[in-house]
Amino acid sequence: MLLSAEALHIPDGFLSITVLFLAWIISISVVGYALRRVGKDLGEQQVPMMGVLAAAIFAGQMINFAVAGGTSGHLMGAALATILMGPWAAILVMTSVVSIQALIFQDGGLLVLGANIFNMAVVGVSVAYMVYRLFLKITGDTRKGILVSGFSAGWFSIMLAALSVALQLVVSGTSPARLAIPAMAGVHALIGIGEGLITVGALAFLLSARPDLIHPDQSNLDGSRSVLVLGFLLTVALLLAAPLASVRPDGLEWVAMQTGFIEMTREPLYELVPDYLVPGIANESIATILAGALGILIIFGLGMGIAYNRRKGQISGR
Amino acid sequence: MHIHFLDPYQIGGSVLHQTDARVKLTLGLAFILTTALIPDGLWRLYFLLLALVLSLEIISGVGLDYFLKRSTLALPFILAVFPLIFTIPGVSFFTFTFGPWDFSASIPGLVRFASIGLKSWISIQIAILLTATTPFPDILTAMRALRFPRLLVMIFGLMWRYLFVFADETMRLLRARAARSGASGNPEFQTGGSISWRARTAGGLAGNLFVRSLERSERIYLAMLARGYDGEIRSLPQGKMEGSNWFILGFGGLVLFLVLILSLIMSI
Repeated sequence: MLLSAEALHIPDGFLSITVLFLAWIISISVVGYALRRVGKDLGEQQVPMMGVLAAAIFAGQMINFAVAGGTSGHLMGAALATILMGPWAAILVMTSVVSIQALIFQDGGLLVLGANIFNMAVVGVSVAYMVYRLFLKITGDTRKGILVSGFSAGWFSIMLAALSVALQLVVSGTSPARLAIPAMAGVHALIGIGEGLITVGALAFLLSARPDLIHPDQSNLDGSRSVLVLGFLLTVALLLAAPLASVRPDGLEWVAMQTGFIEMTREPLYELVPDYLVPGIANESIATILAGALGILIIFGLGMGIAYNRRKGQISGR
Repeated sequence: MHIHFLDPYQIGGSVLHQTDARVKLTLGLAFILTTALIPDGLWRLYFLLLALVLSLEIISGVGLDYFLKRSTLALPFILAVFPLIFTIPGVSFFTFTFGPWDFSASIPGLVRFASIGLKSWISIQIAILLTATTPFPDILTAMRALRFPRLLVMIFGLMWRYLFVFADETMRLLRARAARSGASGNPEFQTGGSISWRARTAGGLAGNLFVRSLERSERIYLAMLARGYDGEIRSLPQGKMEGSNWFILGFGGLVLFLVLILSLIMSI
């Protein structure tokens, strides 16, 4: 459990409201842009293909191999999806996977879905794409080059997604930086190796069985410069922020304090609205009245529900 | 089968099952948002929300043990919050020494830890309740009605349709691998090659799965074309919501709103 991609699915309740909203804004913009691109560039055939591939990636996360001492390596699939489908389709596929995991199987919460999409679909895919292209440029478009690049893409996608999760937890005041960041980084450096190796295995298989899939036509890669830039920026930002925050948490806090960000993220949003309630009004009695009203409402509602069930039961029992 | 690949929908006829999916999705999200907005340490409100969730679970007629079992899924994540007990400064209630380090557990740390744990537990139960009482295709139409991007909802729908097909496919691949790998009863005796060899075998399975899914998606596309697919997936128009659904929506919204106001007053 701890040694799988599960640790990247944040449940509800762990992130502060501000972090939640920021993550939603970023994820919605990136996914929205990806939707427009895919809708424009690629034909109607893409819809069934992406749906089926998302299902396959979801199922592929069941594939594991024994490592040692009862632990096992798993596949997240962001790197593999990126290499085979191009970044835009991969962002949509990973978004679908993460959303279905949250919506149906409660792997990750509903309100933090924006953050989970950011970590796995946006960070995972754009970093994998950037690393893959970069390594391919260095190693050349040979079999060995593709395998090395695939391994790196898998490792980096897991590692940076994990750093992103850790930073979100730290900024939300949910986990202390000194502990969370080294712990997440250490564990996921290992998980990343598993991801990288499985990605290599898959690429090696595909190079023999369907080499046409690994060398996609240019249509997949056109106009993906923005993903390269995004992946590069995210990699640099996360690689800089994470060690800084864990070695000198005061440093991160200092920066955040200067900008007022940490205060903002650790308080519920509406507490920032000053004098929201007029002081001087007897809050105590308002609270009592409200609580009473609430109690009556809830009991009334539940009673209605029970009565409805009972009546249905009688009708069908007759 | 893998627990993740069982359809979480529980057949039933309770009032929760009957309620329109649009209402349930909206109220479910609003409930989780409300829970997230309540400040730390307002135990009375947490327990109110928890009691509400538990009551709804009883009304759903699915059985409490189902919810309690599934809601433990998010439990391991609480480990991430545990260190807060010792790192948040405040009045300490418990100290101990471990090697060179002194640990002191503070009360504010404990409050934060318990608040996050409770909130997370309440939220996941609402999500479980939503999926246990609503068939997923209904959730999809509700998402469409709530203006989620059309393309994304279409992909979700196709993904759901083929999820179980590919789960079976993956199980077959895994079973074939297991059948070809001799295993020893003695755990000391490693079967198969090195770790990287085993990983590459697993990777081969993943690649195989990918090729199969691609080929299947081509067949699906042709079958869809043959049935008149033109880039748009059409479904029956959703009926207008009945009065009782509007009532439930308004009622639930009012309750959540009152809880929020109450949390505002109590936190001052």
